[in-house]
Amino acid sequence: MSGPVIYMDNNATTGVAPEVLEAMLPYLKDQYGNPSSMHSFGGGVEAAVTKARTQVADLLGAKPNEIVFTSCGTESDSTAIYSALNAQPDKKHFITTRVEHPAVLALGQHLEKKGYTVTYLGVDSKGRLNLDDLAAAFTKDTALVSVMFANNETGNLYPIEEIGRMCRERGVLFHTDAVQAVGKLPMNLAELPVDYLALSGHKLHAPKGVGALYVRRGAPFRPFLRGGHQERGRRAGTEAVPSIVALGMACELAGRHIGDENTKVKALRDTLQERLMASIPEAIINGDTEKRLPNTLNISFKYVEGEAILLLLDQYGICASSGSACTSGSLEPSHVLRAMGVPFTYAHGSLRLSLCRYNTAAEVDLVTEALPKIITRLREISPYRNLPDDAQPGDGASCSCGIEI
Amino acid sequence: MWDYTDKVREHFLNPRNVGELPGANAVGEVGSLACGDALKLFLKIEDGRIVDASFQTFGCASAIASSSALTEMIKGKTVDEALAVTNKDIAAFLGGLPKEKMHCSVMGQEALEAAVRSWRGEPPVPHTHEGRLVCKCFGVTEDQIVKAIQENGLTTAEEVTNYTKAGGGCGDCLEDIKEILRLTLAGDPPGKGQEAKKAAPVLPDLRKPAAPAAAPLSNVQRMRRVMTVLDEIIRPRLQQDGGDIELVDIEGKTVSVALRGMCTSCPSSRLTIEGFVQQTLQEQVEPDLIVKEVAA
Repeated sequence: MSGPVIYMDNNATTGVAPEVLEAMLPYLKDQYGNPSSMHSFGGGVEAAVTKARTQVADLLGAKPNEIVFTSCGTESDSTAIYSALNAQPDKKHFITTRVEHPAVLALGQHLEKKGYTVTYLGVDSKGRLNLDDLAAAFTKDTALVSVMFANNETGNLYPIEEIGRMCRERGVLFHTDAVQAVGKLPMNLAELPVDYLALSGHKLHAPKGVGALYVRRGAPFRPFLRGGHQERGRRAGTEAVPSIVALGMACELAGRHIGDENTKVKALRDTLQERLMASIPEAIINGDTEKRLPNTLNISFKYVEGEAILLLLDQYGICASSGSACTSGSLEPSHVLRAMGVPFTYAHGSLRLSLCRYNTAAEVDLVTEALPKIITRLREISPYRNLPDDAQPGDGASCSCGIEI
Repeated sequence: MWDYTDKVREHFLNPRNVGELPGANAVGEVGSLACGDALKLFLKIEDGRIVDASFQTFGCASAIASSSALTEMIKGKTVDEALAVTNKDIAAFLGGLPKEKMHCSVMGQEALEAAVRSWRGEPPVPHTHEGRLVCKCFGVTEDQIVKAIQENGLTTAEEVTNYTKAGGGCGDCLEDIKEILRLTLAGDPPGKGQEAKKAAPVLPDLRKPAAPAAAPLSNVQRMRRVMTVLDEIIRPRLQQDGGDIELVDIEGKTVSVALRGMCTSCPSSRLTIEGFVQQTLQEQVEPDLIVKEVAA
């Protein structure tokens, strides 16, 4: 592949914004002091960390002392979940969903081995939760609920405010993995009934290797990493100053551009969706088009397989993702699409295009030109395209033999 | 991203012999839309020699490349020469496949066997092999697993999954796979060979527990037993997987059943019927019962 890259895989990771790189560079060069030091060389660096904390807090509508810097979204999730559970050792029930990111899902499965009961709430065909299911899932033993703010694969938004209220009424702690939502949706944690919220730098144009956890003042906290007194004893380990400064700047930029996400980026996504749905027969949109991140399009094409689509897109320099089994190295399509009951016939041919504020209309033109050709080509190779619908093997429904999360 | 060889990429980007083959007199199909990959192989055989071959494939890059490679490899070969092509040969032709993708080459080999069977007028067998169903998710049988172990020198359950997909779904059968692996590596593979050994001396009592009746059953006795076994053994098993089965009729030794629930759309339903329902009824009721699926 040569020529320019058309990057539409921003839910996987994002490019570092030029302003972010510029902000962090001095801390990789001259200003290498340790913020914990007593000399002014280190003290200057501490001021930068303090500023970054304010920048992150401002984007979330939180107070600076409610922000703990971490190494990634996964660390933030683990810290929050273990905090809540370890603070209530008598309660052994944890509620989450079947569509969570592995950062929460795999932890849930681990907790089950450690004596916890975990309820995984199901979703409907559009990936929506039924809050009656949540209401019914609470028990006296429930310590924590964890529901993602937005789904990484479909872009679905979950009713965080309602869920938070339901938890609060019952005195249950509430964590949300907001890795995909922060920077794409306006947020005001001063109003939102959330106890813990996880975010990740590299999803919003900061580098990889830095994240943050919002901990509501008064919410129980138990450090995940123990050692020095950094982060007021809440997260030991010398601060990753350049990355933290970068995250701060990325959050400030995200706040400045948050309007664009819901106008410019959304318009590009919508154009992409309309054109692809109009030009490619037998395609479906996965997810809830009513309540979805403005940047995400998850679309499935029948009779073709996702990895083949991705490799042909790669020939055009187009970067995207698929929930197909073959791309993951596992043999089954994405757990999110399976939880939604997307027929396997479609799930194998799923494609996720996730945009950002750096994408252009010209790039959307290129994708909408290339993709129909690719699907046509793969369908020409496929043995299924010429069969009448009722003769499609295994068609129309998913095989759920023994297949659970 | 997968580390594909240039040859895999080249055969994926420019696949040879794509499409239906006019005048084909042998067609072999393996896989399904639900499984995530499928291959339909067309052969034109004249005087025992494959004069032309083509394919249609639904699947990932390595599945398409493996299919393309297979058609190139077998063109001009006699049927017997072609049958000697193994999945290892296909992978080698492509300069190797990532280990997680070896099942794509196995699919090529199986499609070829199926095509030759169709040319010989033998009945097509779903997923090529008979035998006890081990992996319910992908419909992989004991014989297929034994074959993959023997032909490719596999030593771990993970390798078995890479080559056959077995165990790659819910993972329930991984212990079973390990046991098959252990027996096969110990030179005592389960399945076909084993049954043949056991089948020789005694008559009906091929397998272990509940001995089928020694005396011939009356129609009423047979019906009662079939119903009991269905209700007590078979249905609870299928219900665990969201499926179910209904007894439609019993005529002589033919039991007609209809699959219900999840089973109706399951790509492994034929294996469910043949490998599980029929086998169980044969073990528990009468060794020569035949189970037939009817739409009802």
